[in-house]
Amino acid sequence: MSNLQQQLAAGQFAVTAEIAPPKGTDVSASLAKARALEHVAAVNVTDNQGANMRMSPLAMAALLVREGVEPIMQLTCRDRNRMALQSDLLGAAALGVENLLLLSGDHARFGDHPAARSVFDLDSVQLMEVVGNLNSGRDMAGKALAGVPRFFPGAAVTPEAEPFELMFQKFEKKVDAGARFFQTQAVFDPASLERFMVAARPFEVPVLVGVLLVKSAAMARFLNENIPGVRVPGHLIERLEGAADPLEEGVAIARELVGRAREMCQGVHLMTLGFEERIPDILAL
Amino acid sequence: MIISEQKSKEEILRDLDGKTRLFLVGCAACATACKAGGEEEIFQMQEWLLSEGREVTGSVVIDEACHIMRAGRDLRQHRDQVGEAEALLVLACGAGIQSISASTDHRVIGGLNSLFLGNIRRFGQYEEKCSLCGDCILNETAGICPVTNCAKGLLNGPCGGMEEGRCEADRELDCAWRLIFERLKKQGRKGVFRRPVPAKNWGKVRKPGRHRIR
Repeated sequence: MSNLQQQLAAGQFAVTAEIAPPKGTDVSASLAKARALEHVAAVNVTDNQGANMRMSPLAMAALLVREGVEPIMQLTCRDRNRMALQSDLLGAAALGVENLLLLSGDHARFGDHPAARSVFDLDSVQLMEVVGNLNSGRDMAGKALAGVPRFFPGAAVTPEAEPFELMFQKFEKKVDAGARFFQTQAVFDPASLERFMVAARPFEVPVLVGVLLVKSAAMARFLNENIPGVRVPGHLIERLEGAADPLEEGVAIARELVGRAREMCQGVHLMTLGFEERIPDILAL
Repeated sequence: MIISEQKSKEEILRDLDGKTRLFLVGCAACATACKAGGEEEIFQMQEWLLSEGREVTGSVVIDEACHIMRAGRDLRQHRDQVGEAEALLVLACGAGIQSISASTDHRVIGGLNSLFLGNIRRFGQYEEKCSLCGDCILNETAGICPVTNCAKGLLNGPCGGMEEGRCEADRELDCAWRLIFERLKKQGRKGVFRRPVPAKNWGKVRKPGRHRIR
């Protein structure tokens, strides 16, 4: 059983963070970053995030396993058909990867290979079901597996997406398909988080709320304009704007959000974007 | 209707590959409606080719260029003009071009790009609604196809890129799943949200497609 799974099962407040595989073969910076991440149960490894081509998350996650850092391998439906997804999953299991975050994937149009043909042979709900089947020893074709994985699959959700009811129907489908935990898009408004958690709580699936370190008012505005489902409220932008040290203010905001998360959620997923050394401050350790 | 547009003049010139005597073929169906390969466009193409120092040995606008037998018959009726040409320049969709290339040993040069199966909003404005996937889910999705209208073709609801009910890939467009959700709600039914939609059977449409009415 993965460390993340154990912590969540034991009702401990779980902390996750994320790294991106390198664009190239030099993994030293990514590994150094992962090694420096203390206080976290597991580290997400992104999958061609933002549709920008990088080293495969499978390779990077396996390297983390070798380093003794527990990965959460992200896997999107954008770049692989059902056969490639399953074979990568089996490979990941053989290399010691247990935690998964199953995603649809950002549209290729915004990445560095906009002419790529997107696959989307499966969607994130179907991929979740596939992982459930693999865990019970069958592939999508119903064929028996020699050696069975024991994945701990998670899914993503955007608590502030509108229409709420539509977003939530997909959340329910992911739960029904076997999601064992959720990591959310960044949420800045405790009232929005509360609304989501009130709806999500009866499903009894742990939610690790996304906490994003905002380093400046400009970054907050950029997020509001460009990142779907992310809303930095005006009063937080004002705080960042008025602060003598905006980064310090951003850390303080993140710390407050983690405080609220401790009351409402089962964990946090920290997105510190290059300021991983501030994680202890954000966690108020 | 098959929506098509003319290749750029630079591309056509390149593809002509130095051929100087050309026979032109248009299509009276979709390519005419798209103003890409009708009588008018064939005439304009002829004028342009002449201005580029080429010779046009003749032309024909076939009723439906995708009709393989008819295309062959129409070409045979212009046997002499076709025979004088070094190549045929075809202003029809990819299907039409291949009816022609199947009917002659001459070199066939396509002058259009085929875009999609399109609905007509108004003249000159076309929208893709159906991807011809062979496994129709419209009855569950309130008559809005997610395979086509969702930029990712998702079958179980919107992606995380939906922003205020708009599409991640194009903020000008409504998220198809929001439209499905709203129309189902209006109709008072859960439709596609009632069940997890299983992975699509892409094996239902073999490539290349073949169909014979029994």
